Amino acid sequence: MRVPVGWLAEYVDIPAGTTVEDLDTAFVRLGLEVEEIHRPEQVSGPLVVGRVLEIEELAGFKKPIRYAQVDVGEGTPRGIVCGARNFAVGDSVVVALPGAVLPGGFEIAARKTYDHISDGMICSVRELGLGEDHTGILVLGSDGADVPPPGTPAGPVAGLEDVVIELAITPDRGYSLAMRGIAREMGTGLGAPWRDPGAITPPAWSGEPAWKVTVADPERSDRFSMIAMEGLDPTAPSPWWMRRRLAQAGVRSISLAVDVTNYVMLELGQPMHAFDRDAVTGPITVRLAREGERLTTLDGVERKLSDDDLLITDETGPIGLAAVMGGASTEIGDTTSAVLLEAAHWEPTGVARTARRHRLPSEAAKRFERGVDPEMTVVALARAAELLAEYGGARVVGGLVDLDTRGPRPTIALDAAQPARVAGVPYTAGQVVELLGAVGCTVETDGERLAVTPPSWRPDLTDPADLIEEVVRLAGYDDIPSVLPTAPPGRGLTDVQRRRRAIGRALAEFGYVEAPSYPFVGTASLDALGLPDDDPRRDVIVVRNPLSEEEPGLRTTLLPGLLATLARNLSRGQRDLELFEHGAVFPGGVRVPAPLPGVDRRPDDETLAALLGAVPEQPWHVAAALAGHREPRGWWGPGRPAVWADAVEAARRVAAAAGVELTVRPGAVAPWHPGRCAELLVGERVVGHAGELHPRVCAALELPPRTSVMELDVDALPPAPVPVGPRISTFPPVLIDLALVVRDDVPAAEVADALREGAGELLEDLRLFDLYTGPQVGDGRKSLAYALTLRAPDRTLTSEEAAVVRAAAVAEAERRTGAQLRG
Amino acid sequence: MSGANDPYDPKQVAALSPEALGEAVTAAQKAFTEAADLEALAAVRPAHLGDRAPVLLARRELGALPPAARSDAGKRVNASREAISEAYATRLAELEAERDARVLAEERVDVTLPWDRLPRGARHPLTTLTERIADIFVGMGYEVAEGPELEAEWLNFDALNIGRDHPARTMMDTFFVAPENSGLVLRTHTSPVQARTMLSRTPPIYVVAPGRVYRTDELDATHTPVFHQVEGLAVDRGLTMAHLRGTLDHLARQLFGADAITRWRPSYFPFTEPSAEFDVWFPEHRDGPRWVEWGGCGMVNPRVLVASGIDPEEYSGFAFGMGIERALQFRSGVGDMRDIVEGDVRFTRAFGVEQ
Repeated sequence: MRVPVGWLAEYVDIPAGTTVEDLDTAFVRLGLEVEEIHRPEQVSGPLVVGRVLEIEELAGFKKPIRYAQVDVGEGTPRGIVCGARNFAVGDSVVVALPGAVLPGGFEIAARKTYDHISDGMICSVRELGLGEDHTGILVLGSDGADVPPPGTPAGPVAGLEDVVIELAITPDRGYSLAMRGIAREMGTGLGAPWRDPGAITPPAWSGEPAWKVTVADPERSDRFSMIAMEGLDPTAPSPWWMRRRLAQAGVRSISLAVDVTNYVMLELGQPMHAFDRDAVTGPITVRLAREGERLTTLDGVERKLSDDDLLITDETGPIGLAAVMGGASTEIGDTTSAVLLEAAHWEPTGVARTARRHRLPSEAAKRFERGVDPEMTVVALARAAELLAEYGGARVVGGLVDLDTRGPRPTIALDAAQPARVAGVPYTAGQVVELLGAVGCTVETDGERLAVTPPSWRPDLTDPADLIEEVVRLAGYDDIPSVLPTAPPGRGLTDVQRRRRAIGRALAEFGYVEAPSYPFVGTASLDALGLPDDDPRRDVIVVRNPLSEEEPGLRTTLLPGLLATLARNLSRGQRDLELFEHGAVFPGGVRVPAPLPGVDRRPDDETLAALLGAVPEQPWHVAAALAGHREPRGWWGPGRPAVWADAVEAARRVAAAAGVELTVRPGAVAPWHPGRCAELLVGERVVGHAGELHPRVCAALELPPRTSVMELDVDALPPAPVPVGPRISTFPPVLIDLALVVRDDVPAAEVADALREGAGELLEDLRLFDLYTGPQVGDGRKSLAYALTLRAPDRTLTSEEAAVVRAAAVAEAERRTGAQLRG
Repeated sequence: MSGANDPYDPKQVAALSPEALGEAVTAAQKAFTEAADLEALAAVRPAHLGDRAPVLLARRELGALPPAARSDAGKRVNASREAISEAYATRLAELEAERDARVLAEERVDVTLPWDRLPRGARHPLTTLTERIADIFVGMGYEVAEGPELEAEWLNFDALNIGRDHPARTMMDTFFVAPENSGLVLRTHTSPVQARTMLSRTPPIYVVAPGRVYRTDELDATHTPVFHQVEGLAVDRGLTMAHLRGTLDHLARQLFGADAITRWRPSYFPFTEPSAEFDVWFPEHRDGPRWVEWGGCGMVNPRVLVASGIDPEEYSGFAFGMGIERALQFRSGVGDMRDIVEGDVRFTRAFGVEQ
């Protein structure tokens, strides 16, 4: 809502010395958010009202040019050349005299043009910086109009100094989408006297109702008012002040009849519609649309109607989408001289549905959705009739149509002490009553018990809480003291929360940079990963209104986003990268719709269970990716390229941070290299994979060869057991090195497991320290060298005992893996 | 040297004479002092402290002395030996120190050489700032609550007093999930966690709920369709707006310094009433002390309590929420939202692991 300060001042006696900044503060304190303050562009030098005395049409040029004699209050008129044609003798215009500087530094000087001396300039709206309207020059008024005499400084007349304050109106305050509501708020906010522009007593139009109207669905329209007017001069322009205010409010001027309806809407908050009376055929019925009906609205769009759309119809069918937009067939045209003016009150949620269904957030719909004062329909008709009579020569014919089926407004019981209990500020009962009165409520008091009837323009006030808010708001939020409440002792972070933090920290300390990405995926990114058609990760949940049609799905794996971030960093010149991301993924699968119970009480347990159960599981994953060097080259020597094993180790670090131990076995899952994919398990449960990306995946995503990744389902990791402190033996260890030769395809982890198993309890530590393939062990074989640390808890091991352990370990390795002790 | 059984007079045994012992000590001291290095010292040691050294040879003579003379001579021998040993130890220490100084100097390295073999990682500032805020509340006794990002429409809207046709619902720019009757949305705020908490627990409730939320905004310098909020909720007997203000003031001081203050502007949220937007002012703002818009807050709407099965006659509550991206922007002077969301390692590394 754009509020011209000059217009506001018409209703509110703004105290002298009040600056724009003061107004800004007052608006904000009232909860009317100031989005922007539009200050007029600077004009300096002589700018005066001029009256056109003569017009000479100059011929012989490429375009028609006029040479006008203009009275600028100097005794002698000035001759001014002008290219526009939308003015006539007797019109008052704005003249920039030589020496004036218009917005944009445009200096006016007397100059010769089109063979005449032009001694100034007749200004257009755009030249004055008043708007984008460049259809012609600005006519302040025609002959006889109420315009100050020639020579009067034109700035104030044209509204050049007028500041416009743009407000963001919250959805509960429909009444503030009009000057009437703003005036009330600012009257209270500034503590200044104010006048209600809606306090008009409509004339008692006599005669039969001007049109036959039936409201078939009073649930959706509890008041419908209409008058007819004739004798409208279709060529009569809207007065300058009205066009100026419409422009300031951001509304385009169209014709007098349309401008008047828009103006009254801005003034009183009542959206109106003007029908070309001659285009309306027979009685009007307000009813719901029927299946298959269509209506072409004023914007030229043919709309297929829903049986939930409320219509204004005549014998020909729909002529308006009630509360939202009029129909093209009854639009005011260039020759319209008889109009039907409609002002009604529509049920807000129905308007909201229609506006949403047809994507028509019109100014009217916006107001009706947020609540319009039903008392204003006839007042608005009276105000519009007055304006159309004054500026268009129209007169009301026939009587008023006013179908009013409203019920009485219920009162709200309020304990006068309740606002104080909510705010923590000791308001008195008298203060509460006074502030509710300022809102417009009628308050009956019975001691501390108040019976409050909200005003007709505040449909949002239905609960005691609504009234309390008004009291606290108008008393001022600044009065609320600051008191820190004491919460009961809490449990601290949960194990799951601590684990997630630990994982992030562990990876970061290990050199990985966290890179959260958007969770949107598309077929292309899943294809790039080479996922087979039946891969469950292809079963994505789809967003109905995605930002990008390419990525309508929700991620089932973190890899697409993480690899995209990797690629982005590479494209920005990074070479060596270690990234990680952790967050929710959204597996698809069979789902049932979530129920939508009422809100008047807690849903029953069954409904609640169904509701919570319909929300899919969203497991927390962690993924890491590496490219380039894990260790850079340096003065210490060459770098070490990142390999599949780094990805596996990243997973192990995650598991360690989570307090669980991972086991690893060969896997073969996309998008990993089938020979370089580690399946990660806790116990027998597969919790993730790690290794090198498939070369085709690297190619498809334009990643460097050997890019390695891991992904783990963190939620699948079992809870960490409480660790048991080991007994630390202080007896000396026995260190044994041994090398085993196995077939090339025997996983080292199996050999290690066998050694561990065979060595038994005396084994303290086991470490693979060398891996050899080559002629010494023969083709298809490899040598694994292990360092074993043996130690007993209660004695120094003898060499004989150590030899027994060693033999047992080797024997078990041989039994399980065919390992042979090397040389 | 005397025979073992000869009658013995110490004065007659030259080796035990004070003069002889004194000479031995002097000779040893001289020899040690003259030894130029550890090798030379080692070379002269046997002559003065070895088995054949004069002092040790003299000791052997002691046995031949009559008991009366033995004690006196023995003391003399021991004193001499100690003096020689001390002279040796002193010189040894000197020479070792000289050697150490020489060798360690030769082993000098350039300690300014870098050793950045393991790259330095970082956590995203959204993560660490979220944790910081959560920890402030945990310190006050709050618990950290969570909810899913893909959420039941009822919990995201209806339970929060945002009816089907409420203008606020259309203003939320919601991502809807297929099929049309799924009843699911990508949550537009962390407020459904409020509803979940109130539905699953009984007061007193003090929770803070950080999380990722979604709106259908295109990414630009000031907007991102995927962003983070922290939601706070307290439901207890006798809570007032003063308690809400106290809580927000405390948070502001913890995050922005002891001099930070907050300011409220009346606003509208369907799930709180009264509602306010709040600003924070702090002197350490990178562009100078100023007010910045921070979040929304209010008293939990009694209708929301009712929909969650909490009696509004007995309990009242307050709730607040704020954007983490926004807080990060003005706390750390981040001008462009895209830097926060694009995952450029240069941006994130600047924040380290715990900042």
